Amino acid sequence: MSETLDKPALNIVGTRPIRPDGADKVTGRAAYGADHSMPGQLVGKILRSPHAHARIVSIDTSKARAVPGVKAIITASDFPDLASEVLEGGEQASNLRDLSLNVMARDKALYHGHAVAAVAAASSEAADEALARIKVTYEVLPHVLDVEPAMAADAPLLHAHLFTEGLEAKATAPSNIAKRHRNVRGDPEGAFAAAEVTVEGRYTTQAVHQGYIEPHATVAAWAEDGRCEVWSSSQGQFMVRTYCARILGIEISDIRVTPAEIGGGFGGKTTVYLEPVALALSRASGHPVKIVMSREDVFRATGPTSGSVMHVKLGASADGTITSAHVDLKFQAGAFPGSPVGAACMTALACYDIANFSIVGWDVVTNTPKVAAYRAPGAPIAAFAVESAMDELARKLGMDPIALREKNAVRNGTKAAYGPTFQNIGYLETLAAIRDSEHYKSPLGPNQGRGVAVGFWFNVGGESTAAVNIGEDGSAVVVTGNPDIGGSRASMAMMAAETLGVPVDRVRPIIGDTASIGYSMLTGGSRTTFATGMAVVQAAEKVILDLRQRTAKLWDVSLDHVVWRMGQAECTDPAKPDKKPMTLAALAAQSARTGGPISAQVSLNAQGAGPGFGVHLCDLEVDPETGHVTVVRYTAAQDVGKAIHPAYVEGQIQGGVAQGVGWALNEAYIFDRQGLMENPGFLDYRMPVASDLPMLDTIMVEVPNPAHPFGAKGVGEVPIVPPLAAVANALRGAIGVRIPHLPLSPPVVLEALDSKAE
Amino acid sequence: MSKTHVTTTVNGDTAEFLASPGMTLLDALRDELGLTGAKEGCGSGDCGACSVMLDGRLVCSCLVLAPEVEGRRVETIEGMAQGGQLHPLQQKFLEHAALQCGFCTPGLLVASKALLDANPDPTETEARYWLAGNLCRCTGYDKIIRAVMDAAAELRQERTA
Repeated sequence: MSETLDKPALNIVGTRPIRPDGADKVTGRAAYGADHSMPGQLVGKILRSPHAHARIVSIDTSKARAVPGVKAIITASDFPDLASEVLEGGEQASNLRDLSLNVMARDKALYHGHAVAAVAAASSEAADEALARIKVTYEVLPHVLDVEPAMAADAPLLHAHLFTEGLEAKATAPSNIAKRHRNVRGDPEGAFAAAEVTVEGRYTTQAVHQGYIEPHATVAAWAEDGRCEVWSSSQGQFMVRTYCARILGIEISDIRVTPAEIGGGFGGKTTVYLEPVALALSRASGHPVKIVMSREDVFRATGPTSGSVMHVKLGASADGTITSAHVDLKFQAGAFPGSPVGAACMTALACYDIANFSIVGWDVVTNTPKVAAYRAPGAPIAAFAVESAMDELARKLGMDPIALREKNAVRNGTKAAYGPTFQNIGYLETLAAIRDSEHYKSPLGPNQGRGVAVGFWFNVGGESTAAVNIGEDGSAVVVTGNPDIGGSRASMAMMAAETLGVPVDRVRPIIGDTASIGYSMLTGGSRTTFATGMAVVQAAEKVILDLRQRTAKLWDVSLDHVVWRMGQAECTDPAKPDKKPMTLAALAAQSARTGGPISAQVSLNAQGAGPGFGVHLCDLEVDPETGHVTVVRYTAAQDVGKAIHPAYVEGQIQGGVAQGVGWALNEAYIFDRQGLMENPGFLDYRMPVASDLPMLDTIMVEVPNPAHPFGAKGVGEVPIVPPLAAVANALRGAIGVRIPHLPLSPPVVLEALDSKAE
Repeated sequence: MSKTHVTTTVNGDTAEFLASPGMTLLDALRDELGLTGAKEGCGSGDCGACSVMLDGRLVCSCLVLAPEVEGRRVETIEGMAQGGQLHPLQQKFLEHAALQCGFCTPGLLVASKALLDANPDPTETEARYWLAGNLCRCTGYDKIIRAVMDAAAELRQERTA
C-alpha cells in the first residue's frame, strides 16, 4: 500500500519521535491562553444579551461606573461603526462589519449571549458587580431559531438590509436567506425519469459545538504610545492581528500578537471574540486587561456549526450506476451570513462520478450564535445526508455498500462535482483497505449493526513562512507562524531534520509572534504540515545550498562537486580525493570565517494540496430496553499522502472519529422557546468520554502528493466527515429502520424501536 | 468581605495565601500560587482539567473552596515529575502520543496516577470508567488508554523488580 516518491530512503519522516514540546505539556508548564498575566492587569468581563432578538434602546452605565475598582466600561460606541467589507484571513472570508457586530452588538442583540457591553475592574468581584449594574433597555423582538422557519416569508427579519444573493432574479425584498448556492451538471430531471431505482430522504442535524476544552482567553495591553500587545489562544496570531486592527481601526504595525499554546480549536478559534474587547478596555482604562470566557460563554457566544435540513434524492440503474442526484442543503448561519453551506455543496458529491446532478444550498441567518468553522466545515453535515441515502440505495439495490461506492467512485482524471479534475488521489485504495480489512469480514453479534460511510475534504495550502537558523554547534531552530494544535511542532522538526540530515533532537521548532516571523495564514484547512512544512523544507534546502557554497570555497571546488548527504558536505571532485567530509557542526563552528551566521527564511503560497478521502466502518450495539447505542468497533481508513509522524496522523483520525460519534449520538444545542440555550455545559452538552468509546482502529493509506517534498496531504479534517453517516447507517442495520435526524440519542432510538414494534 | 488566611501543603511544601470569599482551590493554585498546570475547562466539575489530589483523593479543584484546604495536603501536576525525572505516566503519554493540544493532559495525568495508586492492574474498561470524568476532545482517548495501560504495566514491573 505504501509507496515512496523517487527520493532517497527516509530516516526520520515516518518515524514516531517524542514531540519537542512534550515535556512542557506533561508537566503543566506549557502556557495556554489563560495562563499568562501582565503586570497591573485588570479583569475584563462581558455583559451578554438575555434575549434572542432585541433592539438595544439604551445602555446606562452610570451606576456601574460608581462601583469601586471599576476602571472602564465600553459598548459598541467605543468601536468604529464599520462599513460592510469582505475580509480574507480567517478559514473562510468574513464580513468586517459582521465580525465587529458579533464582537459587540450595536443596535440589536441578535442571539441570547450576544455581547452588549464590557467592563474592566481591579477584581473579578468588582467586575461582576459592575455588570449587574449596567442597565440595558431592550425592545424585545420576535425571534427565529431554526432554518426552515427562518426562510418563511413572514419570519422575523434579522437584518433589514439582507437581500438574497445567487438568485436568477435580483431579490426585491430583504429576507433571512443570505445566499443561494447552485451547481448543476447534465440533465438531472431527465435522468431521474429514466432511473430504474430511486431513493429519497429528508435529513436534519442540530447545531453542535467544536467543544475545545480550553475556553477562549486573552490578555491585551494598549500602551500610551498606541502600541498594542496581545497574548491569546487562537489558530492564527496573524488572523488576530488583522481582525483586531480592522475592528479597532488601527494599524497592524501597532499590534504585536503572541500565540499562546492553544487548548483545542477545531476551527472554532479562527476568529476573534475577546481580543478587540480587551484592547478597547485597555485603551479606556490604561491597564492591561485579561478576559477569560466561562464554559457557558463559550457555548452561548462562540462556535458552533450549523444545524441543517437536507433533502437528497439519488437515481440509479439496476447495476448500481448512479445516474442522477439531487441535493438540497439548508444551513443555519447564526446571527450573520456565512454558514459552511458553500463547502457542503462542493463536498456533497465529491466522492462520486455522476453524470447528472443538481446541488442547491441555502445560507440562512437565525437568532443563534454566529457559526464558526468546525473541522471540514459543512462536509460532515452534507455527508450525513448523502451517505445515508447511499446506504438506502445499496439496500434497495441489494448491493454491498462498498461495492456500490467503488462502482461510482471518482478516480484520477475524474472531473470532480465541484470543478477540478482529480489527480493523485487514493480513494479507491482507501475503499479497498476497508473492504479487505478483517473488521469488514468479522461477524456481528445480537442487537448489533454495521455502517459504512465515506468522506472528502479539499485540504488547502496557502501562505506560510518558515525560518531555519543554524546555531554555532550545528543545531537548528525552526521558526514558523502556525500555532501547534495537534503536534505540528514535531512534524516541522522532523521535516527539517530529514532535509538537513541531522538527528531530530538537533532541531528545535518554535512558533514566532507576529513581529518575529513572516506572515502565515492560520492553522486550519489541514494546511500546516503541507504548506508550512513545505516552507520549512525549502528553508532547510536554502541552508544546505549556502553550506555547499561555503564548502566549495573552502575546498576550492565547483559547487557541483559538493553534495550534501546525511548531514555533511562531501567532495565528489575526483581531483580532490583528500577532502574529508565536513559536518553541519563543523561548518557551523567556522561560519564567521565563511560568510557569517547560517540562516534562511522562505515565504511561499503553497499550491497543490492533495484532497483527502476517508472510508469509515462502524459497528454498534443497541440496548433494546433503553435505546442506548454503544459503538463497539470502529475502523477508519484514510489516504494521508505520506504520514510524517504516523502517531499524530492516527491521533487526528481517532480524534475526528470521536467528535463525529459525539455529533451522531448525543451532541446538540437545545433551545427553549425564548431562544435560551438550555444545555450550555459539559454535563448536558454530552461529548464522548473515555467510557463511551472503544479503541479506534486506523488504516493509513499512503498515495503520495507530488506537490509536497515528502508526499504529505492534509489529514486533520477528513476524519470527521464520514462518522455521522457511518453511525447512522450502522444503527439502521441494527434496528431495521432509518432515523434521518441527529442526534441518535436514546429517546429517539427508543421511539424508533417502539414505532417499529407497532 | 475580608480575606481568609490559608496555610496548606502543596506538592510537599508549605504554602500560604489569602482567599477571597468564593475563591476556589483552582483559583488559589493558579492566581495566588502561580501553579497554572491545573486548567479551568468548565468550572463545574464536568471536564476534569483541574484535577488535583487533596489528602490523597482525586478532586476537581474548581469544586473545592480555597479555605477548605487549610491544613491539608494538595498535590498538583507540577509535583508529578520527581528530581528531574518524568513519572512513568508522563513518559508513556509522550511515547504513545497521548496528547494533541495538551490542555486536558495535566488533569488526565493526575487522574491516571490516582487510578494506578488505587488499582495497579486495571482492565481497559476500568481505566475508561475511571477516566470518564476527564474530557479530551482531541484524541478520541485511544492513545491515552494505551499510555495508561502501558504505564501500569511498567509500574507493576518496577514494583516486583
